[in-house]
Amino acid sequence: MYHNDKLKEKASKAADKNALIGPDVDLGEFEKDPVLHDYLSEEELQTLPDEEQKQLLLSGLDPTEKDRGGTFFQKDSAVIHCTSKQEGIEVLPIRKALEKHEWIRDYYWKLISVDTDKYTAAAELDLHDGYVIRALPGTKSIYPIQACLYLDREGLQQTVHNIIIAEEDSELHIISGCATSPHLKKGAHVGISEFFVKKNARLSFTMIHNWAEDMIVRPRSAAEVETGGLFLNNYICMKPARSLQMYPVTHLTGENAVARFYSIIVGSPGSEYDAGGRIFLEKPGSRAEIISRVISNGGNIISRGHLIGEVPDIKAHLECKGLILNGGIIHAIPELEGHVDGVEMSHEAAVGKIAQEEISYLMSRGLNEEEATSTIVRGFLSVDIPGLPPQLKAEIDRAIEESDKDVM
Amino acid sequence: MLQIEDLQVKLGEKDILKHIDLEIRPGETHVLFGPNGSGKTSLLMTIMGYTQYKVTGGKILFKGEEITHMPIDERAKLGIGISYQRPPTINGLKTRQIVQICANNDRDVEKLADQVNFLEFLERDVNDGFSGGEIKRSELLQLLAQNPDLMLFDEPESGVDMENISLVGNTIASLLQKGYTASRLEKKCKMDLRRERTKMGLIITHTGYVLDYVTADKGQVLFDGRLSCTNNPREIFKQIRKSGYEECVKCITTIN
Repeated sequence: MYHNDKLKEKASKAADKNALIGPDVDLGEFEKDPVLHDYLSEEELQTLPDEEQKQLLLSGLDPTEKDRGGTFFQKDSAVIHCTSKQEGIEVLPIRKALEKHEWIRDYYWKLISVDTDKYTAAAELDLHDGYVIRALPGTKSIYPIQACLYLDREGLQQTVHNIIIAEEDSELHIISGCATSPHLKKGAHVGISEFFVKKNARLSFTMIHNWAEDMIVRPRSAAEVETGGLFLNNYICMKPARSLQMYPVTHLTGENAVARFYSIIVGSPGSEYDAGGRIFLEKPGSRAEIISRVISNGGNIISRGHLIGEVPDIKAHLECKGLILNGGIIHAIPELEGHVDGVEMSHEAAVGKIAQEEISYLMSRGLNEEEATSTIVRGFLSVDIPGLPPQLKAEIDRAIEESDKDVM
Repeated sequence: MLQIEDLQVKLGEKDILKHIDLEIRPGETHVLFGPNGSGKTSLLMTIMGYTQYKVTGGKILFKGEEITHMPIDERAKLGIGISYQRPPTINGLKTRQIVQICANNDRDVEKLADQVNFLEFLERDVNDGFSGGEIKRSELLQLLAQNPDLMLFDEPESGVDMENISLVGNTIASLLQKGYTASRLEKKCKMDLRRERTKMGLIITHTGYVLDYVTADKGQVLFDGRLSCTNNPREIFKQIRKSGYEECVKCITTIN
């Protein structure tokens, strides 16, 4: 295993460092020792128990690998399946990558500082595994690559580090699901993700979270988008989790670079979410958009968004809409920061309830009150995401459809 | 048949409809005139079942069944439909989807949309950024899909440009089985057609344009919450154009 004393040392010093935001978590409560599982062949992947397959499907991982360009599947600490079906697209476990390839070290911990907080430190000190997905220059992904981080062992803290690279002129689409076994109650997930979108590359990353109720989730991610690059980042979380806090950051470091974040979050009673996105627009012509739809069903949700315009001729928009259906709190924090003349930035935030007028309108077309309400909620959650492949759009629609019953 | 007997309705604290009696027989279309604030929209909303219009007396029967306190969707299922004047925007719901809802997934949406020149709007969110005329065509499209027996139209021609006014007028006529184009093909005399008509309509109009396309059977004037005059719709319209609603006030006074 690749060992870097400097990183380890820095991490050790930050092992007890609280995060800037979000409730503090005592990681000592969780097991960290590796939990091993056997590697599965393609055939074996399809013979997983039905229950498990269902959980995977809900998070966008299709065990049949139909319409998928590759698969990364990690259960607890073990990578149990890892393949790429398309030439020019590499999928490999990060431990293996660090061991065998020098180049990965140019990316490892380059966008996120290992001593940011106790969670980044944990990712260095207790790393289980994670994935590296890379599209070589000019490669266009035909089907999305699917990645799943699955938690099966009760009380485990799953610790992963992912690196995603879209080389120059490439196009890469990834669906990444996080899910837990149906029997699992308590666990933690600490995940580092570093995204590199090179010149004129396009990367779409769709993450679907499907946690157990008593889960602690602390992802830490950062992205860098070069000249003419596009980073599309979708996040869907429709199932309750005890505590989730993340604030991914993206730097648009090249001219005409574009980042668009879409997130859909439903918070049920007992869940606490603090989620959002922050985008730095650092070069002229760059564009950013953060759009979120949040529903509280009795959960406590903080929905953040922060756009920073550092140079002229940038455009950025933030849209944060919340619906309180059944109690709970939605706290929308939209922030705009313009540092020079010539920035164009706007935001729109609203927290409200379903308008009776809309329900009555649909009832006069023949839907009963419940059907009308769920139709409006589904409409609220459905956002058009330009540039997203149809398979991924279908996955998002499915996640929304599936959670419909829970929401109402 | 729609029967309204001695209907009294409050909106908030205000008596908005006072002792309304109205009967629309199968095949009949009535036109409702009246100045702003006279209670026309309130009457339509009460028939549709909007609960903020509180019925304090009287009753409404449709197809022989009392519907006075029936929920909106049950009235819709019984065959009542409405074209709203200012319907709400529903974000994230496509026009195509609402038309499918109206049709109970049972009709060819594209074909219907083509009839009201609305194909290009099917993928747009319901009423989102629609102009006045587009809203009206969207409402008519939904009624086409729903195909109810009693249709309530709240100013179906307001905001519609001259180019689309005949489209709107003819669509309403065909919804109400008042269109004569098809009849020539069927080689039936108008009398037979009239007998076979079952659709009922109640139309609110200010401009009267719709009268050029739809032969209405009766005109009603609503003034200060009271139905004050029943007559040939064209005659009423002529009268209102000449001397406003003044005459209606006189009428009420004379009748009483």
